[in-house]
Amino acid sequence: MREKLIYLIAVGVAILLVANLYNILLVLPDEANQGAIWRIFTFHFPSAMSAGLCSFLALIGSMMYLWRRNLWWDAFAVSATELTLAFGAIVLITGMIWARIIWGIWWAWDARLTSTLVSWLAYAAYLIFRKAIEEPTARARYSAVISILTFPGVIISWKSIEWWRTQHPGPVLTIRGGGGMAPGMQPAAYWNLLALAVFAMILLSIRLRQENSQRLIDGFRRQVHEI
Amino acid sequence: MDSRNFTYMFYGFAAAWAILVIYVITLVSRERKIHQEMSRLQKLIEEGSRK
Repeated sequence: MREKLIYLIAVGVAILLVANLYNILLVLPDEANQGAIWRIFTFHFPSAMSAGLCSFLALIGSMMYLWRRNLWWDAFAVSATELTLAFGAIVLITGMIWARIIWGIWWAWDARLTSTLVSWLAYAAYLIFRKAIEEPTARARYSAVISILTFPGVIISWKSIEWWRTQHPGPVLTIRGGGGMAPGMQPAAYWNLLALAVFAMILLSIRLRQENSQRLIDGFRRQVHEI
Repeated sequence: MDSRNFTYMFYGFAAAWAILVIYVITLVSRERKIHQEMSRLQKLIEEGSRK
């Protein structure tokens, strides 16, 4: 029943993504100053929000593990962290491609870009670090601490465009007090945000189930070893 | 529409979709490995308990 529901939601998300693509590519006009490249924002912003959401879930999972000492929360945290990295990679790459056209350079060491890259590398380090520790409870404990210490980087990245005025544009969406984007173009970004955030939650539930199955396998392995 | 502008927009969309597709493929392959390993171990446990 649970699997059927996930498939049903996945089909809904797929339809929404295709409808969004149609709207973004064929219905909405080019932006007056940026031309066609503005459309990258409709993936860049939803991916950033999805990555932020997943990193927040990783924080919740890590704190809950330290509180409850239940490995389910560790599995939740690592699954959310993997998704943070996937969506974070989309943010960094789409941002660089947009920058190449608008700024004429691929990268600038400004506050937003640097803090995003540092956070992304810290989450990558979290996953690498986990491979180095065999014992599950020690791995979960140390990983939870790393995840909690990494999360402030996400907040810094989110607020950096308000705290420091550097290369990256300030807020453009009306909801954040920005005015850099025509109101008629904003719904496309929000619809894509809905689609990608729900897609992220579907992937999270699948990844979490795999992580729990992996623990079951570890138990079977011990059983086989005893036989 | 500026063609270079359009090309880079295409690169952006392609990169975003490619990352998502690669991640989904990784999940599917991991799922397959887990199923295989689970049935292998269950078989070993059944054989072990019969002996």
